[in-house]
Amino acid sequence: MSFLDYAPAPESQALLNLRSDYGLFIDGEFVAGRGEPFQTINPATEKQIAMIAHANSADVDTAVAAARRAYAHTWSKLSGSDRGKYLFRIARLVQERARELAVAETLDNGKPIKESRDVDVPLVAAWFFYYAGWADKLDHAGVGPTPSSRGVAAQVIPWNFPLLMLAWKIAPALAAGNTVVIKPAETTSLTALLFAEILQQADLPAGVVNIVTGGRETGQALVGHPDVNLVAFTGSTGAGRAIARSVAGTDKKVILELGGKAANIVFDDAPIDQAIEGIVNGIFFNQGHVCCAGSRLLVQESIHDDVIDRLKARLSTLRLGDPLDKNTDIGAINSAEQLKRIRELTDIGEQEGAERWSPDCVLPDNGFWFKPTIFTNVSTSHRIARDEVFGPVLSVLTFRTPAEAIAKANNTPFGLSAGIWTEKGSRMLAVADKLRAGVIWANTFNRFDPASPFGGYKESGYGREGGRHGLASYLKPAASRAAARTVNAAPAARIAATESDPKTPVSRKKAAK
Amino acid sequence: MTSSPSAMAQLNTGQRALALIGGEATDANLRRYLHGIPGIDAVGLEQRAADLGSRSIKTSSKKWAIDKIISLIDLTTLEGADTPGKVRSLVGKALTPDAGDPTCPRVAAVCVYGDMVPHAVAALGSAHSAGTDAGVNVAAVATAFPSGRASLAIKLADVRDAVLAGADEIDMVIDRGAFLSGRFGQVYDEIVAVKETCRRADGSYAHLKVILETGELNTYDNVRRASWLAILAGGDFIKTSTGKVPVAATLPVTLSMLEVVRDWHRLTGDKVGVKPAGGIRTSKDAIKYIVTVAETVGEEWLTPHLFRFGASSLLNDVLMQRQKMTTGHYSGPDYVTID
Repeated sequence: MSFLDYAPAPESQALLNLRSDYGLFIDGEFVAGRGEPFQTINPATEKQIAMIAHANSADVDTAVAAARRAYAHTWSKLSGSDRGKYLFRIARLVQERARELAVAETLDNGKPIKESRDVDVPLVAAWFFYYAGWADKLDHAGVGPTPSSRGVAAQVIPWNFPLLMLAWKIAPALAAGNTVVIKPAETTSLTALLFAEILQQADLPAGVVNIVTGGRETGQALVGHPDVNLVAFTGSTGAGRAIARSVAGTDKKVILELGGKAANIVFDDAPIDQAIEGIVNGIFFNQGHVCCAGSRLLVQESIHDDVIDRLKARLSTLRLGDPLDKNTDIGAINSAEQLKRIRELTDIGEQEGAERWSPDCVLPDNGFWFKPTIFTNVSTSHRIARDEVFGPVLSVLTFRTPAEAIAKANNTPFGLSAGIWTEKGSRMLAVADKLRAGVIWANTFNRFDPASPFGGYKESGYGREGGRHGLASYLKPAASRAAARTVNAAPAARIAATESDPKTPVSRKKAAK
Repeated sequence: MTSSPSAMAQLNTGQRALALIGGEATDANLRRYLHGIPGIDAVGLEQRAADLGSRSIKTSSKKWAIDKIISLIDLTTLEGADTPGKVRSLVGKALTPDAGDPTCPRVAAVCVYGDMVPHAVAALGSAHSAGTDAGVNVAAVATAFPSGRASLAIKLADVRDAVLAGADEIDMVIDRGAFLSGRFGQVYDEIVAVKETCRRADGSYAHLKVILETGELNTYDNVRRASWLAILAGGDFIKTSTGKVPVAATLPVTLSMLEVVRDWHRLTGDKVGVKPAGGIRTSKDAIKYIVTVAETVGEEWLTPHLFRFGASSLLNDVLMQRQKMTTGHYSGPDYVTID
């Protein structure tokens, strides 16, 4: 027996108490959807987990109306500290039910249990704790004294971090005093519905958070709904562009977190063993289903061969398989559709002349799987160096000087994140200063913290989530009455006053954001 | 500079070191070489160690790991109050770790002060390995352990004494003062001299473990440089600690040393051993080390020739786990013997 063939260590599913059917969560209750229900499957086995209700536009109307009522009559009337109490309660319930949420997330999404257990769910709790603390301190959010909430937020989230993206959206929205209608991704609705149970446990007033499940048209009905004041979307650049188009000309505030093609830059003086870990974590974390994944490795030519040797050796120790096994490093690809896209792009990579390498590993018979893959001899014009693969695929490029590294890193329509590996602090800062990316990690990668803002440049979107900036997105400057009370109301204050009324159409200031 | 593994393999230790550092082992040459080694990012190293520590080792893997851990232990007593009686008791425990279960493997070695070597050898009798693969080794700490603050002549006499008395392994300490003040040449020369003193009359050598005392070196970069220095000078093993300063073996420190050993193997084809010592008290901790070894340098390092635990209280915790795995229930400290 080989010790490294660790004996199976599956996480128990006994804690899970799933229903066979889930309704929509509207006005504090689970209700049937009017669309055709659809199944959610385990991508590691292709077996059905549960049936999920499908919200049509009438359901979306009901949900938005519930959110509007809750906003007008309950949530906007509560003090910040009372809103904070609800958020703290939700955070604690997430912690209490952490194991259950992690198992459900892994079943529905395909990500390894060690990631849902050690990363996703703890961050979900952290996000609620963090914004709970902000709820009664909105004066310090950076939009001036006594800011007001925006109203009803329409939120659409992706399938790569289902529960975490939900937390990124809901926590700041509620802290700022908004109510929410949120649509989880079609393939990963399960944990959002468990989260709805947590909201019931927490006695959150009815209608403050509504969850509508369904496909693309459900999302379109939601973001296009005339009575929502804010649209927050995380997903592909194509879908984000469509949303931006559909809300153009309305007074809806829009926050978009879109795709990325991050450069992970490794200089020849990098702490090499940690850089290898960072490269692996940058692109193979969550099967590469990460918008800020370090999918382009830019390595200094002088250490290219050494880095590739070490990287290959390290990849050979990654364990691919049952996502519920506690020792699994690489789980399943979330859907057949995504697997197809990864295959297409990697085939194009080979056709374009890049050299493909994957470690020996056995793929399970059922489910959607893709071996961790690296491409060497990649040039900047290759599609695998330009398009977002959103899978466990790394493209390796080289550079000779810091200037070339910066130019290559910025040579992309995206600008979400980047990584720098060097032992020289001054170089780290100088390079970071010139990279056009919203998040730059130095000597680490894919680290998230609720206190740190996150968001992109260029086609990676606009608006920030996390930290004070993420809170400010859900606020607007002081309400008109407060501004009028100021003795010498300056012109700027009058502009702010017009913007603050939810019924007032188009504000010019938004374009400037 | 020679760097291809095949060319490296042709050279003896001394020639190889000279080829790598590009000249005599002077402070300046060694500094240039050691400071040219890639640095360590502490946060990243600790994160990696924590990840390795989160592996879930269950059922058959755990059973295998538990027996493996026992066979890798240097059962240690290093007290001013040590007596021949105490050493005999320790040897008894080394030979029969679990009095109630004859299938329990023996430990790799007993580790004692130099003057206790004759008593350990006598107590082992025919179970003493004495250069063979069977049996239990006797390891002696030497070179003015634990501080190393004595003249080279005294240190070498200490080593000579232990080797003559039948020690199979010498655990020396490096001169941390010299290392920290940049006198790398002195540290190197001392290791070379001690290694030469490990030579027996028949031309064979006692195994040399070089203790870096990582708790005093303070930074991971220092640990990495000291590891390279010890290996360049011909150490068979690099060992973390004496167990006599507040910070002893930690998983990140051991991981960083294993990475050096892995890189040395890539460079030369030679295998150097690693011994974390001090502070490893539970099976749970020891399993984290086993995992770290297997996933960093490979499973073939999990042999007494290449990996050891320096420990005393670890053995009984492992034995209790072993009894639990055999019988299905926990026994308790009254069901394992104290040495």
